[in-house]
Amino acid sequence: MLLRHTSKEVKEREGLTINPAKTCQPIGAMYAALGIHGCLPHSHGSQGCCSYHRSTLTRHYKEPVMAATSSFTEGASVFGGQANLLAAIETIFSVYEPDIIAVHSTCLSETIGDDLQQITRKARDDGKIPEGKHVIFASTPSFIGSHVTGYSNMLTGIAEQFAVSTGVKKNQINIVAGWMEPSDMREIKLLSKKLCVKIVLFPDTSDVLDAPQSGKHVFYPKGGTTVAELQSTGDSIYSLALGPISAEPAAIALEKKCKVSFETLDIPIGLTATDRFIMTMSEVANVNVPDEITEERGRLVDVMADMEQYLYGKKVALFGDPDQLLPLTEFLLDLNMKPTHIVSGTPGQRFEKQMRQLLDERSPETNFRNGLQADMFLLHQWMKNDPVDLLIGNTYGKYMARDEDVPFIRFGFPILDRIGHSYFPNVGYSGSLRLVEKILSAIMDRQDRDALEEKFELVM
Amino acid sequence: MEANKIYPDPSKVREELIQRYPSKVAKKRAKSIIVNDPEIIPEVQANVRTVPGIITQRGCSYAGCKGVVLGPTRDIVNIVHGPIGCSFYAWLTRRNQTRTESLMDANYIPYCFSTDMQEENVVFGGEKKLKVAIQEAYDLFHPKSIAIFSTCPVGLIGDDVHAASKEMREKFGDCNVFGFSCEGYRGVSQSAGHHIANNGVFKHMVGRNNTPSEGKFKLNLLGEYNIGGDAFEIERIFDKVGITLVSSFSGNSTVSQIENSHTADLNVILCHRSINYMGDMMETKYGIPWMKVNFVGAESTAKSLRKIAEYFGDEGLKAKVEEVIAEEMPKVKAIIEEILPRTTGKTAMLFVGGSRAHHYQDLFSELGMTTVAAGYEFAHRDDYEGRDVLPKIKVDADSKNIEELKVLPDPELYNPRKTEAELEALKEKGLEINGYSGMMKQMTKKSLVVDDLSHYESEKLIEIYKPDIFCAGIKEKYVVQKMGIPLKQLHSYDYGGPYTGFEGAVNFYKDIDRMVNNPVWKLIKAPWQKAGATNGKSKGLKASYVTQ
Repeated sequence: MLLRHTSKEVKEREGLTINPAKTCQPIGAMYAALGIHGCLPHSHGSQGCCSYHRSTLTRHYKEPVMAATSSFTEGASVFGGQANLLAAIETIFSVYEPDIIAVHSTCLSETIGDDLQQITRKARDDGKIPEGKHVIFASTPSFIGSHVTGYSNMLTGIAEQFAVSTGVKKNQINIVAGWMEPSDMREIKLLSKKLCVKIVLFPDTSDVLDAPQSGKHVFYPKGGTTVAELQSTGDSIYSLALGPISAEPAAIALEKKCKVSFETLDIPIGLTATDRFIMTMSEVANVNVPDEITEERGRLVDVMADMEQYLYGKKVALFGDPDQLLPLTEFLLDLNMKPTHIVSGTPGQRFEKQMRQLLDERSPETNFRNGLQADMFLLHQWMKNDPVDLLIGNTYGKYMARDEDVPFIRFGFPILDRIGHSYFPNVGYSGSLRLVEKILSAIMDRQDRDALEEKFELVM
Repeated sequence: MEANKIYPDPSKVREELIQRYPSKVAKKRAKSIIVNDPEIIPEVQANVRTVPGIITQRGCSYAGCKGVVLGPTRDIVNIVHGPIGCSFYAWLTRRNQTRTESLMDANYIPYCFSTDMQEENVVFGGEKKLKVAIQEAYDLFHPKSIAIFSTCPVGLIGDDVHAASKEMREKFGDCNVFGFSCEGYRGVSQSAGHHIANNGVFKHMVGRNNTPSEGKFKLNLLGEYNIGGDAFEIERIFDKVGITLVSSFSGNSTVSQIENSHTADLNVILCHRSINYMGDMMETKYGIPWMKVNFVGAESTAKSLRKIAEYFGDEGLKAKVEEVIAEEMPKVKAIIEEILPRTTGKTAMLFVGGSRAHHYQDLFSELGMTTVAAGYEFAHRDDYEGRDVLPKIKVDADSKNIEELKVLPDPELYNPRKTEAELEALKEKGLEINGYSGMMKQMTKKSLVVDDLSHYESEKLIEIYKPDIFCAGIKEKYVVQKMGIPLKQLHSYDYGGPYTGFEGAVNFYKDIDRMVNNPVWKLIKAPWQKAGATNGKSKGLKASYVTQ
C-alpha cells in the first residue's frame, strides 16, 4: 500500500492539508504568460519558486519552459526586491531579448510588500525597457486562492495592460481561454474557423508548449497571442470568457477598460457545455452552425447512445480545478454515470454554489467539497467509505488508484507520467469523444481483466 | 583530451560565453568560467549569488533542506509551513525510493503535508495554525518524528517554528518534533538548505539512541539519497562483502537508524556538497572519521570498496572485497566491451548538482567518452578545487547567515576510532580521510569548468562543442533535445537507474549507448527538407488540381 496511513475514518482538520488538490498562484501566472508571443515570464521571488514552476510545467508538457527569476537573497528580503527586479529587467532584455517580460509576484515579494506597478514604472523611467518592448505584471500571492487564481490574475493583467480601444470596432470576438491545454486552445480555434468567426484567443499556448522537433531550440516559439492581437481586443465586438474562475476576471477587465461586453461560459468539456459554446458563438457572431459541426456532435451522441450500458450508474471520484470539474461533472451526468465524490483545493463560493446547484438538481447525494482541506486525503477517505468504479484527476491520483485498485483517467494539471494532453483536446465534440473513449476503455479494460473465464466477452 | 579530435580553443569559448552580457554581469560571470589545469588548479568563483534575470538551474534553500536531505527518510512526517506550493512541488518529485520491511511499517514519502498558509496567517501570524497542524498529524499518524520546514513568508512574519516544535514535542512526549529555518531566500542556492538540514539532523536526531549497533565493520553512508534505487545497489554490495550499514543519510533510511548512526566506526561520503558538515560534526563529537568514496562507476565502486577494507584494516574483509569484485566485474566487463565501440571517442558535458557532475565523469570515462565541459549547480570552491582551498574561501554575507554549529567532543561518547598516526598512515595509502580533492583534479587540461551555468551559456556551449550528450536536469532536458542533442537527467535519471555500483554501471552504459545512438536524432529533418529533395518539384504529371 502506497498510502498505507490513510484511514477510513474521516476526521475534520483545520490546520493540516494532506495531499493537496491544488498548488500556488505563480505557476498559473507563468503558464498564462507562456501563451503570449515573445513573452518571458518572470518570477519575482526566491529562485526556488521559478525552478519549481518551470520543473512542473516541463514535466507536464515535456517541452522547454523558459522563465527568469529575481533570485532573492536574504538582503532582498529585508530591503525589498526593487533592485533585483530592475537588474533582472536589464539583464533579460540584453541577454534573452523578449518582446515582453511578464512579472508575477510570489508569497515572498508580497509579504515584503513590493509594488510591481511602481517598480515597473521606475524601470521605464530609468530607461531599462527598450523602445517597443513591454514589461507587464500581476500580483499573485501564493497564500490566496490557488494556481487557478494566479492564471486568472495574470490574464487580467494582460488584458488591462495591453487592450486599447481605438473607437473603431473590429469585426472579431475575444475568447478568453480559461486554464486549458494547448490542444484545447487549438480545438477552440478550429471550431471558430469552422463557424467562420474571427476570434482573438488569449492566452494561446498552442505552438508554444507543443512545439515540433526541428533540431533548433526556438526560444520564443511561433505560437502565442501577439501584442497586436492583444491590443486589438479592446476593439472587439464581444468577449466570451471560457471559465468563470480562470477566465472571467480578464473579460471584466476588458469591459471596464474598453467597454467590450462579455458573457461567461463553461470551458466546453462534454456535450452540453460544447452545445452552449457553439450556440453562443452562433448567436453573438450571427453565423449559422455548419453541418460539419452538427455531424461532429452527432458522432459524439451516437457513441453515447451505443455504449450507454457500460457507462450507466458507474461511480466516479474526481478532483481538480473548478472550471474543469463543473463541465466534466455535467458531462458525467449526461453519460448517465454517477459522480460520487468531488474535491477541489481551489477555494471560492461561486464555484461551490454552481457545483451545488448542478448536484442538487441531478445528483444530490454526491460528496463535494472545495477550498481548505478539500484535499486528496479526504477524497481517498471518501473512496474507502463508498468505493467508486473510476477515478479522474491529475497524476497524483495514481497512488489512490493503485491502492484501491480503481481504473484511473488522467485529467487536469499536472499530468507528469503520460503524454497526450497537450496534443489531443478534451474540449469540443471531438475532445468529448476522446474523453468518452478514455472512460470506456478504462471501464471495459477492467471488465476484461476481472471477468471469469466463462464470462469473458469477445464482442462488447 | 584525445588527440584525434579537434576541440575549440577554451579561452575563446569563454569570451564568447560572456560577450552578450551587460558589462557588470560579464565581469562576474567571467570568474565562474574557467579553463581547467589539473596540475595548477585555478580558482573558480562558486557559491555566489546568481545575477537576477539570468535563467539559472538553481533552486532554493528549502529545496535543499526538505527536498534533498530530509525527504528520503520514510518515517518522518514532514510538514511544510507556508503556502501550498512549496510542499506540492517537492511531493514525490525526487524519486527517493524506500523499502519497508512490512506493510505495517511507517512510510510517509507518498504523502504531502502543508499548513496551506492563508492571507490571515501571513497578517496575524501562522504559529497557531502550525500547532494545530502538528497536533492533527500526531493524532492521525502517531509518527516517531515530525519535522517542520519554514518557507519564505514564515521567516518574514516571524513565526517561531522552533518554539512551536519544542512546545509540541514536550506536549507529546513520544514524538520528536523539530523545525528548520530553511526559508527559500537563505543563501544563494539549495546548498544553504543542505547545511541547515545537516545542522538540524545532527542536533535533533543523531545520538538519541546509544544502543551499540551490531556488526564487525560498521559504517554510515552519507550523501546518498536512493534516487532510482542507488542505495539499494550499494546495500546489496555491502551485504555481500559483510559491511554493516548502520544508517544512510538519507536514502532508504529511518529515524531510528539515524538516531543510532553515531555507533558506526566510519562515515563514507558520496555527495560531499550536501553532507560534508555532518561528517565533520560527527568526527568532532564522536570521533568517527569520514572518508570520501564514490560508488558511481564500476571501477570507482571497486576502488571505494578496497578503500573501506583498507580503513578497517582487516585481511578477511580485504579478501572478501576482492572476491566480490572478482565476481561482479566480469559481468560488467562483458557488457562494456560490447558497448565500447559505439561510445568511444564521443563527448559529454555535465552541469548538475554539487557532486554528480564530478562522479558521473567516471562512468563516461568507462564508456570511452570525454568530458569536455562540466560544472556544478550549487557547489562551493572545495567541490571544484579540493578541500585544501577551504581556509582560503572568503565567507560572504550570504554564507554568514547560515549557522555554523559549535560542536565539541561528547564527554561520554567521544571515542576516536583511529589514532592520528593510523589516520596518517591511511592517508599515505591514498585514502581520502576527512578530505576531498574535488572535480578539477580529475578533469583534463583545457577542459572547461563553469559554475552555475546559465541557460544562455548552455546553448552557446552546445553550439560550439556539439557534444554527443549533455547531462543536466528537467528544466534543461527538452531545451537541449530540441537542439538535437540527447540530454541525460542526472537528478531523476530520466526515471531509470540505479546507476551506482556494478549493476548501476551496467544500467548507465546501456542507457547512454541507447541515447547517443538512437536513430531518432537522424529523423529530425523531413525528406523534403533535405538537400536536393524534390520539394514541390513535379514528377511531370499534370496535377494542378491539387492546388485548386
